[in-house]
Amino acid sequence: MKEAPRLTRGQLLVLLAPYLWIGAFLLAPLLLILKISLSQSVLARPPYRPLFELADGIAGLWSKAQTLTLDAYRTLFTDSLYLDAYISSLTIAAIATLVTLLVAYPFALAMARAPANWRPFLIGLAAAPFWTSFLIRVYAWIALLKDEGLINKALIALGMIDTPIEMFATRFAVIVGIVYSYLPFMLLPIYAALERQDPTLREASADLGASPFETFLRVTLPLSREGVIAGVLLVFIPAVGEFVIPDLLGGSDTLMIGRTLWNDFFANHDWPTASAAAVVLLALLIAPLVALERLRYDPKKDGS
Amino acid sequence: MSSSFRAFQGVILLAGFIFLYAPIVILAAMSFNASRLVSVWGGFSTQWYEALFDNEQLMQSAWISLLDATISSCLATILGLLAAVGLARFGAFRSRLLFFGAIHAPLVLPEVVLGLALLSCFVALGVGRGFTTLVIGHVTFTMCFTTVALLAAIRECDPTLEEAAMDLGAPPLNAFLLVALPQIAPALASAFLLAFTLALDDLVIASFATGPGATTLPMRIYSQVRLGVSPQINAISTLLLGMVAVAMGGGALLMRLAGRRRR
Repeated sequence: MKEAPRLTRGQLLVLLAPYLWIGAFLLAPLLLILKISLSQSVLARPPYRPLFELADGIAGLWSKAQTLTLDAYRTLFTDSLYLDAYISSLTIAAIATLVTLLVAYPFALAMARAPANWRPFLIGLAAAPFWTSFLIRVYAWIALLKDEGLINKALIALGMIDTPIEMFATRFAVIVGIVYSYLPFMLLPIYAALERQDPTLREASADLGASPFETFLRVTLPLSREGVIAGVLLVFIPAVGEFVIPDLLGGSDTLMIGRTLWNDFFANHDWPTASAAAVVLLALLIAPLVALERLRYDPKKDGS
Repeated sequence: MSSSFRAFQGVILLAGFIFLYAPIVILAAMSFNASRLVSVWGGFSTQWYEALFDNEQLMQSAWISLLDATISSCLATILGLLAAVGLARFGAFRSRLLFFGAIHAPLVLPEVVLGLALLSCFVALGVGRGFTTLVIGHVTFTMCFTTVALLAAIRECDPTLEEAAMDLGAPPLNAFLLVALPQIAPALASAFLLAFTLALDDLVIASFATGPGATTLPMRIYSQVRLGVSPQINAISTLLLGMVAVAMGGGALLMRLAGRRRR
């Protein structure tokens, strides 16, 4: 291991601004959340008991440290509302991720096997919705999924059903919303992995007598593993904490944690519990996050 | 390749693009519907667009959103450039791992958690929430995206070119500004656009970070959408989608022209 080099004054000057910004507006606020989650809830503004004020001195600090409590976490694990919200978030995110994968894989494969001069156009067209408003794309589904919405109208007109299928404000609607909104995140890494593959590998497999399906199972699929893992993580992680989709498309039985947290913060003013819920949410996501970082930042490439 | 695969490919591509684009197209079509009902076509009309421009609240929010997205993406691009230069060029300095992790955290942090953290920080500091805190929130949120985009671009730059400039007597700062910066100009533009789009579109962080008097357009749209489908929202959505389409089409055209000229 080499001794880490010291930075020159010029280099420090370059790093100063981003360092201060991240410290003040990201690291400090996250630590504050941890602190609030350990505070007692009070009816005041801010609605938690303040801690660690400079004016208190050491003695004050000690007496205040004794008011730290795990109450908020106790609420979290005894109140079935929170437990249900966590379980529901993880289940919905997992199902939606699986469906996204099943939709994205054939789509990515079809694009990766298109003629080379078509590919940039196709992938551009598939990624374009990412640049449009997320909120608007979720909103577009309301008109489609409602009881009197277009899908039900079309199915009734075609004579396939007599009464509208209840889709809006259900788990189904939330899953459709997640699949639709996050499809580009799954599509792009899988496409990249498939497009990179050497076509001669498939030819070799065919020459050795494998059927096209066997070639897919034993050559194409294993070689695209990295893209699949990246896509799964990129969809699953934000889907767990998702707020907009369950709020607009979901109903009372789709209480996801992002929504519960939002309500606690804005409607109930229970900051300690909301903060504790945020801390637990981060803890739940630590494993997939670390996996994603590992995948994205190969230490051989980055050196950090 | 077998013809059955070709057929499969065609069907998949068609189905995929219909799934991606049909909801957007239907939304846009409905904004020209004279009827208030989603499922009834009442004839062509631009009345919802006219109503839109009379809606002062909405117009004011659109202005706030544009202003906020412009300022915050400029700041995020500058901070992202500084951070990317540090990460790409300064070797393995002491706190690099912490810095690297912290810079990338908002990429994966749930938005509600970042919003909550920012809000409690503003309250704890006794800062009144409004336009300034909105911009601070968006810079923090988008800076990681600009850093990642610029980091990749700076790594692509050949450092020997800058070394050559320094050998010829240019101070390091000049070498960077005159040699490396022009090379990463396209990445700077795309980093700015990415930050701009994210800030313009964001609902969650804005709701936590902003205060009275600085309600953004997504917040306004969201509060109306919660009440149900409204043709006016379809109209403003169509305008926003149209702007993105024009910007993307223009960008693609420019790239094509630039590519042709190079040849």
